Amino acid sequence: MTSTSPREDTRAGAPSSAEPVLRVRDLRAHVAGQQVVEHVDLDVAPVGVTALLGRNGVGKTSTIKAVLGLVGRSGTVELDGTDLVALPTHLVVRRGVGYVPEDREVFAGLTVTDNLRLAERRGSEHRYDLVYDLFPELKERGAQAAGTLSGGQQQMVSLARALLNENRVLLVDEPTKGLAPRLVQEVSRVLARAAQVAPILLVEQNLQVVRDLAEHAVVLTDGRSVHHGPAADLLADEELTQRLLGVHTDTGADSGADTGAGAGAGAAPRRAAHEEGPA
Amino acid sequence: MSTVVLLLFTGVGLGAIYFLVASGLSLIYGLMHVLNFAHGVFLSLGAFLGFEVASRLGATTWTGFAASLLVGALAGALFAALTERLLVQRLYERHIEQVLVTVGLGLAAVALFDGIWGTDPRFISGPAWMGRTTSVLGANVPNDRFVAILVAGLVLLGMVLFLRRTRYGMIIRAGVENRAMVTALGIDVRTAFTLVFTIGGIAAGLGGVLASHYFGYVSPLLGQTLLIFAFIVTVIGGLGSLTGAAIASVVVALLQQFANYYLWGTGDLAVVVLLAVVLLTRPSGLMGRRA
Repeated sequence: MTSTSPREDTRAGAPSSAEPVLRVRDLRAHVAGQQVVEHVDLDVAPVGVTALLGRNGVGKTSTIKAVLGLVGRSGTVELDGTDLVALPTHLVVRRGVGYVPEDREVFAGLTVTDNLRLAERRGSEHRYDLVYDLFPELKERGAQAAGTLSGGQQQMVSLARALLNENRVLLVDEPTKGLAPRLVQEVSRVLARAAQVAPILLVEQNLQVVRDLAEHAVVLTDGRSVHHGPAADLLADEELTQRLLGVHTDTGADSGADTGAGAGAGAAPRRAAHEEGPA
Repeated sequence: MSTVVLLLFTGVGLGAIYFLVASGLSLIYGLMHVLNFAHGVFLSLGAFLGFEVASRLGATTWTGFAASLLVGALAGALFAALTERLLVQRLYERHIEQVLVTVGLGLAAVALFDGIWGTDPRFISGPAWMGRTTSVLGANVPNDRFVAILVAGLVLLGMVLFLRRTRYGMIIRAGVENRAMVTALGIDVRTAFTLVFTIGGIAAGLGGVLASHYFGYVSPLLGQTLLIFAFIVTVIGGLGSLTGAAIASVVVALLQQFANYYLWGTGDLAVVVLLAVVLLTRPSGLMGRRA
């Protein structure tokens, strides 16, 4: 019942607006010969934020990496109706996919300015105005090596690299992970603004951020998408949230989301290793 | 005193040649995680073709010497670029196979050189000045040492400027840190792979010509013999670090020279002991970021 009826929801709760910008069907991904994503269907609406949720280790990061082609994959990954599944990562990205990876992954030995210059894509306008408007600090610290920045500043660099180009969709993986509450709000504000420029597929453990930003939600369990629907409906349904995400929603506490999910998830530990990926 | 000075210059001169081999190895490993066992034959080809050109244009003229450097560099570059495009890149991400194919290429190329130039060393000559010595603090230092040091210094400078000042240099530096993220920015990292091989080939080709003057001969095994020491240098310096390769080249060559002279010809042993000490105390090398 759980695995079929929510997919009915997809149709019912699907955005009434036009075609999805990113359409993923039967996505499978493997890392080192091991299946880490088994069957994921998801749509990213042409506007706003679609949240990709689930307990720790269910394959959220692997799903994002599979969309980009950073891990071996099969299935269908359509951007604006064109299947990208056979393309190497750099060509997928050039079609207009911006990526903010889970652990920021700034180039520590390069300066902030060089991190941004490296991200400049040919054939795209480079929106330094937007980037420096959102993160004035990056302009001041342009000559500083990115490895010497704080975690929050590195997250700014990582977000700025993605926002610099014109994208059709942004894939943002746990942008608030490990950040202080003040910075979580800051990142949330930036994402809200970014979502006006390009739709976002957001992996996020902090349900308050999801509540603030996301219109739609997709939930994964054991490498499979098991629920699709409006984010507000999901978060309003305490029983469903508890079962799918392993957290109580009423508190909205971010710390609960992180630790509670790990402790409560029976199936999680086996996959956790793959989810992490290379640092 | 004069002995120490002579050993210093000879050591740094040998270090310069090690650096010309090791710099390419280190960049290639750093970016692609490929241990290129064919790197020595880039050097040998550069040395042989340089020798051929110099002997046609006049081995004792500066024109002949300059032409041999140019041809050596071009030969190394071309051989390296083709190796990357035709063999290594087809085995993208398959590191064991990449090692096997470079080992195989190394063996096949040495056999080919044997067939063309014979197994005996070809003794070479250069401009008269290079065969003479210059007196430095009472030591008579062979002039070819200065040339080797100068060329290696220029190559180091050129590589540093390229890595620091150009977009491709930036891509290579970023790729050494995190290759997957470079592709996730929409950059085709394979162009950088070919480029790194080509740069390594240029340095190795120059090293081949200079090594043939340093040792006084060219032989099919010249490159692969130097490759062993270049690998040691690369590991000691830290895989992927150009500065580390430069420092380790000089340290290894100096140690080798001094141990050979003062410790009864135990230079090679001393180098291996140094390698062991570095691996035990600093497994990622002098300037390495990670093991």
